[in-house]
Amino acid sequence: MKYEFTEDELKQIEVIKARYPEARPATLPVLWIAQNKFGHVEPDVQKLVARTLGLPEAHVHGVAEFYTQYYKKEQGKFVLDVCTCLSCQICGGYDILHYLEDKLGIKHGETTKDKMFTIQQVECLGACGYAPMMQITNGVYVNHLTREKVDKVIHGLKNGEMPEFEPMEMRKVKPQEN
Amino acid sequence: MAADWRSFKPVLIPDIPNLDDIDVYIKNGGYEALKKVLSDDWTTKSVIEEVKAANIRGRGGAGFNAGLKWSFMPEPDGGPRYLACNGDESEPGTFKDRMLFEYNPHLFIEGSLIAAYAMQCSTIYVYIRGEYIDWIKMMDSALNQAYEKGFIGENILGSGFSVNFYTHPGAGAYICGEETSMLESLEGKRGYPRVKPPFPAQKGLWGRPTTINNIETLANVPLVINNGADWFKNIGAENHPGPILYGISGHVNQPGVYELPSGVPVLDLIDEVAGGVKNGKKLKAVIPGGSSTPVLRADQLDGVSMDSNSLREAGSMLGTAGLVVIDEDTDMIDLLWRIAHFYHHESCGQCTPCRDGTGWLEKILLKIKNGEGEVKDLDLLLDLTTQMEGRTICALADAAAWPVRHTINRFRDEFEARCKKSVHAIA
Repeated sequence: MKYEFTEDELKQIEVIKARYPEARPATLPVLWIAQNKFGHVEPDVQKLVARTLGLPEAHVHGVAEFYTQYYKKEQGKFVLDVCTCLSCQICGGYDILHYLEDKLGIKHGETTKDKMFTIQQVECLGACGYAPMMQITNGVYVNHLTREKVDKVIHGLKNGEMPEFEPMEMRKVKPQEN
Repeated sequence: MAADWRSFKPVLIPDIPNLDDIDVYIKNGGYEALKKVLSDDWTTKSVIEEVKAANIRGRGGAGFNAGLKWSFMPEPDGGPRYLACNGDESEPGTFKDRMLFEYNPHLFIEGSLIAAYAMQCSTIYVYIRGEYIDWIKMMDSALNQAYEKGFIGENILGSGFSVNFYTHPGAGAYICGEETSMLESLEGKRGYPRVKPPFPAQKGLWGRPTTINNIETLANVPLVINNGADWFKNIGAENHPGPILYGISGHVNQPGVYELPSGVPVLDLIDEVAGGVKNGKKLKAVIPGGSSTPVLRADQLDGVSMDSNSLREAGSMLGTAGLVVIDEDTDMIDLLWRIAHFYHHESCGQCTPCRDGTGWLEKILLKIKNGEGEVKDLDLLLDLTTQMEGRTICALADAAAWPVRHTINRFRDEFEARCKKSVHAIA
């Protein structure tokens, strides 16, 4: 398949390149632009990034392979990244993962037949105080997951509704009475 | 401790609505510290001296005096110099810098600008983990506001000092929180840590002098400039002063990020601050500062407070002050196996002791977890940790080894109970 950037995207890439003394540091941001556009960075997309930045294909390939957030092949429309690491582990992250697996009829690492959902088990997403949680397609964080909340999120996604951004909770120490 | 932590008023994330908006931030005294240091009253040297005297110990986990770190930068030679702000925040149990991106981005921006001025840096990059895309966008818009007001860019506030400031996204790699790995990632490469020396102050980004600081560390800088080093030193624990963003997670009723002075007793943080252990369960253990810091049993916590000395005496470390609270029902073998899995997954693969060692830690722990292990496997694990520690380019191997060693030593009975009885064959 042939992949191309639009004129606007090429302009955006020039702006990013100008932030650095050379083209190579733009590799990560431009891989992001490509993934957001095409949904993945399979080898032909990596070649486009290499061509656009004037870098060796092997370099871009090496970078894409190193970082877990880049999808090296096509994924479901929604990628559900369920954290099962440390705080999420002890607060029921695996229950949520297994519930999702049963609900969608796939295991983590797999995609549903209708190409709607991919489930991934991921490492710490830095939301330990809001465990268990997941991230949807490298985007919104969904915190304090319960089975009911998972049901709601999946139902919403099937209707094209992304969950809303949840602000971090501003915690205050309750004044002591004495 | 200087004053009771209960009377402390937050300064990093004060309770001011919409503080992320630059106008609100300015109305509340924002960017005054930057104006101060750019005036004739201050020199680059005096800024460094003040910050050094305040003893802001790095909030990313290493706890190194920030001003002292700045003083390692060589004299300017006319070429580019860099400040790289570390917002990778990937150590399990750690989620506090995100609080600054969301609620008080300009405090961090102002602190970074002051740092860049003090070290005469020409460009600032803030490296933010890719998963934090919503917070990268928040930082981009805060940076745009600061550009528009003339706090970033050419000839800032007519001072003659110029600096650019950009976000740089990661893309999923714990190792990029290691400072030289972060530099590699900023240069657009795979995040392989560099051999030190040369240290980043000598050869950092593109071979030029570079300083790396944590987000929370930099957010403390305007507070020090505005209130003085002595004010800062009087907050919290003497050897590790200042406010701390404690991230409390795990089995507590009110998990979250709390800003309090350093040196709060661990048990106060659990019982009073975070509302106690969930479901009325008993406390079993605490990981005080992110997954790599050694776990402490509940019976080791009497009188222990969240400062580096107290935690060292107790047998652990402050790390990132991300506490994971563990209740009596938790299976420590399960917990440790999952930590080992994390480090195995995140090892960059450069050094053999780490690449292979983290894999063996996970494999042997899985065997024990499944009831297939023997007591001698526990000693094999302990032996493995000494084979890994201090033998690699960066500290990931150490970070993987410490929890294994200390969890086994501190919960040995639980591990042994899971093992099969040793079979002693006669040769």
